[in-house]
Amino acid sequence: MCDQTFLVNVFGSCDKCFKQRALRPVFKKSQQLSYCSTCAEIMATEGLRENETLASLKSEAESLKGKLEEERAKLHDVELHQVAERVEALGQFVMKTRRTLKGHGNKVLCMDWCKDKRRIVSSSQEHAVTMPCTWVMACAYAPSGCAIACGGLDNKCSVYPLTFDKNENMAAKKKSVAMHTNYLSACSFTNSDMQILTASGDGTCALWDVESGQLLQSFHGHGADVLCLDLAPSETGNTFVSGGCDKKAMVWDMRSGQCVQAFETHESDINSVRYYPSGDAFASGSDDATCRLYDLRADREVAIYSKESIIFGASSVDFSLSGRLLFAGYNDYTINVWDVLKGSRVSILFGHENRVSTLRVSPDGTAFCSGSWDHTLRVRDGGRWAF
Amino acid sequence: MSSGASANALQHLVEQLKLEAAVERIKVSQAAAELQQYCMQNACKDVLLVGVPAGSNPFREPRSCALL
Repeated sequence: MCDQTFLVNVFGSCDKCFKQRALRPVFKKSQQLSYCSTCAEIMATEGLRENETLASLKSEAESLKGKLEEERAKLHDVELHQVAERVEALGQFVMKTRRTLKGHGNKVLCMDWCKDKRRIVSSSQEHAVTMPCTWVMACAYAPSGCAIACGGLDNKCSVYPLTFDKNENMAAKKKSVAMHTNYLSACSFTNSDMQILTASGDGTCALWDVESGQLLQSFHGHGADVLCLDLAPSETGNTFVSGGCDKKAMVWDMRSGQCVQAFETHESDINSVRYYPSGDAFASGSDDATCRLYDLRADREVAIYSKESIIFGASSVDFSLSGRLLFAGYNDYTINVWDVLKGSRVSILFGHENRVSTLRVSPDGTAFCSGSWDHTLRVRDGGRWAF
Repeated sequence: MSSGASANALQHLVEQLKLEAAVERIKVSQAAAELQQYCMQNACKDVLLVGVPAGSNPFREPRSCALL
């Protein structure tokens, strides 16, 4: 490291030990100091030790990653579609658009169903609920149906109590709950109206108390913007999954703030994640034009839903009630319906005139709604015509 | 020191990877079988899969009936 010969012609007080010694110049963070030879040597060896520590940590991390892959691979004895070979194939699908909702003046970005299955909240790139910013990227219905939460480029998540009284100004009763340092990409109430989970462009997720606005837990681990999240369906479960621009899907324990499982098989941003109805798996939709299924107990990806002809990113995914169908909205304006078990596409739905940005199956599973940049929302239902 | 910060970050990463490596896993064959079983058990309730009997569709256009 020190292969230069210093001409010692300075004598004075060492900048480190302050003893009167022959001094040599040393550089620490581009600042020039004068150290005695002893202190200079100590600094050199400390530097070496730090580099060693860094190097050994890096190699430990690499070997752990390798071990993780090995452990996962050991249990990869079969593919999901092989197990599903004996399952009866699905016949032709017919889906009909029952409602086309044309109220938005601009791109529809997000939507959510009310538990009563008859109302939908949707957000768009405009001022429908007098939001102080243009892009409202996330919205969610409270479980009780009495409030909605939304947020976007304002970096906040605000809760609006719902009223059907035309004289009441909804914006006046709004309550700011979450504060991030970058845009809000997704939000969801937990099992009650009292807590909200948010995901943000600042790379974190957070759990907030609605009443006090207090931060209850934060979730760090994503290496880039978090774009989506979904809560595990079980009443007792306390986990959620998030997907981000770092191509990772991460499963979190809500109480400890710990990431319990992480999956990195996508080749681009993950735009949407959704739990399988049983809670044992989740699906993801990504800009790499694929959707994937990850099983939580096998701790690995178990299926990829893709076709060579599909080259546009999937923006939004959701399962049908039984988990047999995966609906995915794409940036090429279509919705592909996948057979989750067999891995094949059973239907392709047209109708939107621009990107499909959001898609949700109704809580009772009888219909699904898609929102698009073409300013509309379409509610579809239908069923199989068995052959 | 700037290298101190990255050593910290690496330490966190190592701890996190140890946690993830220690997760209990089951075989894909078993996991797949259970996913399939859930589908089969709930298929009859899945309206988008099997359709609704003609009379009970809440979204269907109302049809008038002419009484002779």
